[in-house]
Amino acid sequence: MKIVLQNLTKKFPSRNKKSREEVIAVNDFTFEIPDGKLIGLLGPSGCGKSTALNLICGLLKPTSGRIFFGEDDVTDLPPEHRGVGLVFQNYALYPHLTVLKNITFPLENLRGADKLSKEEMKKRAYDAARLVQLEDLMDRKPSELSGGQQQRVAIARALVKMPRVLLLDEPLSNLDARLRLQTREEIRRIQHRTQVTTIFVTHDQEEAMSISDMIVVMKDGVVQQIGRPQEVYDEPVNLFVAKFLGTPPINIFRGKVADGRLYIGGEAVLPVQGVPDQEVTVGILPEGFILQENGPLTCDLDRVEVMGRDISVVSTHPCSENASIRSIINAENTVDPDAATVRFAVKPRKLFLFHPETGERIRFTAE
Amino acid sequence: MDYKNRKGWLYLLPAFLFLGAFMIYPLIDVFVYSFEEGYNSASQTFFGTGLYNYSYVLHDPYFLQAVKNTLILVIITVPLSTGLALLISVALSSIQKLRELFQTVYFLPYVTNTLAVGLVFMILFKKTAYSDGLVNLLIQCFGGSSVDFIDGPYWAKMFVLCFYTIWVVMPFKILILTSALASVNQTYYNAARVDGTPKWRIFTRITLPMISPMIFYLIITGFIGAFKAYSDAVALFGTDLNAAEMNTIVGYVYDMLYGDSGGYPSYASAAAIILFAIVLTITCINLLVSKKHVHY
Repeated sequence: MKIVLQNLTKKFPSRNKKSREEVIAVNDFTFEIPDGKLIGLLGPSGCGKSTALNLICGLLKPTSGRIFFGEDDVTDLPPEHRGVGLVFQNYALYPHLTVLKNITFPLENLRGADKLSKEEMKKRAYDAARLVQLEDLMDRKPSELSGGQQQRVAIARALVKMPRVLLLDEPLSNLDARLRLQTREEIRRIQHRTQVTTIFVTHDQEEAMSISDMIVVMKDGVVQQIGRPQEVYDEPVNLFVAKFLGTPPINIFRGKVADGRLYIGGEAVLPVQGVPDQEVTVGILPEGFILQENGPLTCDLDRVEVMGRDISVVSTHPCSENASIRSIINAENTVDPDAATVRFAVKPRKLFLFHPETGERIRFTAE
Repeated sequence: MDYKNRKGWLYLLPAFLFLGAFMIYPLIDVFVYSFEEGYNSASQTFFGTGLYNYSYVLHDPYFLQAVKNTLILVIITVPLSTGLALLISVALSSIQKLRELFQTVYFLPYVTNTLAVGLVFMILFKKTAYSDGLVNLLIQCFGGSSVDFIDGPYWAKMFVLCFYTIWVVMPFKILILTSALASVNQTYYNAARVDGTPKWRIFTRITLPMISPMIFYLIITGFIGAFKAYSDAVALFGTDLNAAEMNTIVGYVYDMLYGDSGGYPSYASAAAIILFAIVLTITCINLLVSKKHVHY
């Protein structure tokens, strides 16, 4: 089921009665989510991603704009008529019901033509439980399950009514690091098996990048960029997106363009065609550095961290906006850890220029 | 016993001393008195020991009347007041405007003096030479004939007592239940909404189980409180409750000790022990039932 959002906007009245200012949690969303894909809604906390999810789910009414599931306009439908399954951040499993009862709960609400017999309900519940590998735990209470198991019960409960759209609100945030890795694979696997259009909300870019078919990066209620994770990472539209994605994060420098060359701290780092002379903010991805004895970018070497396959060179530069510059370099190179400085050349495709005030991307051609 | 342990006991000692002196010792004493025939507290003497006190009390028509009154009171007021409190709490939780005002209004009876409230009820229900009382006026309005609720037939008096008791005990229950309802996490309701759960089913399958510990707490304390009813009856019908056929078990114990025909601590003790046994049994049954139905 493809999902289309048209100028979707949600405003909340201000809490402070004196100021009439409204909070715009979701500002003019217009995009289409293709059928059967796994989409990551990504942004820092407070950027409106959970609000967006609640709008799609129907728990919140939009201030303006429309929502379509396929060809159906569902904007005015209550959640139960939209055919959505929602997994809550804290799972919201009913503590007094067993796993089986929790999973059958949505089915017991079906009325009329959809009404199921007890056996059918049980069969559907076991099918859903098998999908998330829970069939041995059906008689337990939620309190007797681990966090990861509770999470899977919540997913099974959302899937059991065969929703057109599956929504997950911060599905991994309550799990420990190890379980998180495991569970995100699980979510990917379940989504592949069921082919249900899935949207999940996260503030963790790594999570979103690793399993999504498509990510939507948000900031302050505004969509910044939509695309496949690699695309967004390789071609960020602005400084915010560039800074938000990637571990270790992108390295930011103050620089300036003069005569078709990019200068960082007086050193001409790269020829940049098609950019008028101006101050710029420079972003260089950690893998964008090349060790070069007479390279144009000279940094003060801090330390070298060996990570096996790669080495991570930590250095500082007077024009850097980060406390330290982190570059990831193939371990075939060697860096003398006692040297005072380290010199780099830069891969042009791993370097981005941004407008210093607006943060908008400035395109250039390297040659 | 190591040092830390001893320190713990030392801290508990004052509480134990007071509990021992003012609760456990009197309890044992009452138990002993109830088997001593004709105990006289002034001369500290008694004729003999045995079950005579119990036999006397159990054959005393006043006592039987008191037991009957108390049981009727318990059976009617506990479920009714808890149910009504639940209804009002749910209504209170679902309104947005003026909620605090209503909460205050519903809580007022709790901070009002029992005897003052009793006086108001007297005025509402009592039939005097000058007026039939407000309630009777209402009854006449609807074409009924007036009833003397305070000095009239048994059922009318019982009705007033039950009505009064429910009115007095409800505020506390409403207070407890509204806070219990407020503490149910909103995401459960959201989850239920997404699944299209009808309102009534949300209430019975989610809300009720979630607040069941509080409901059972109220039922247990409600039973205990109703069994110990006394001041309510006095407030409405005066101190001569035996004559009014409105005595309660605690009232009977009081009469046996200090009433006009009082001065029988042995009978009072026996009656008190019987009450204790009844309350204990009911509470145990309550706890057994609640274990089955209360979750967590």
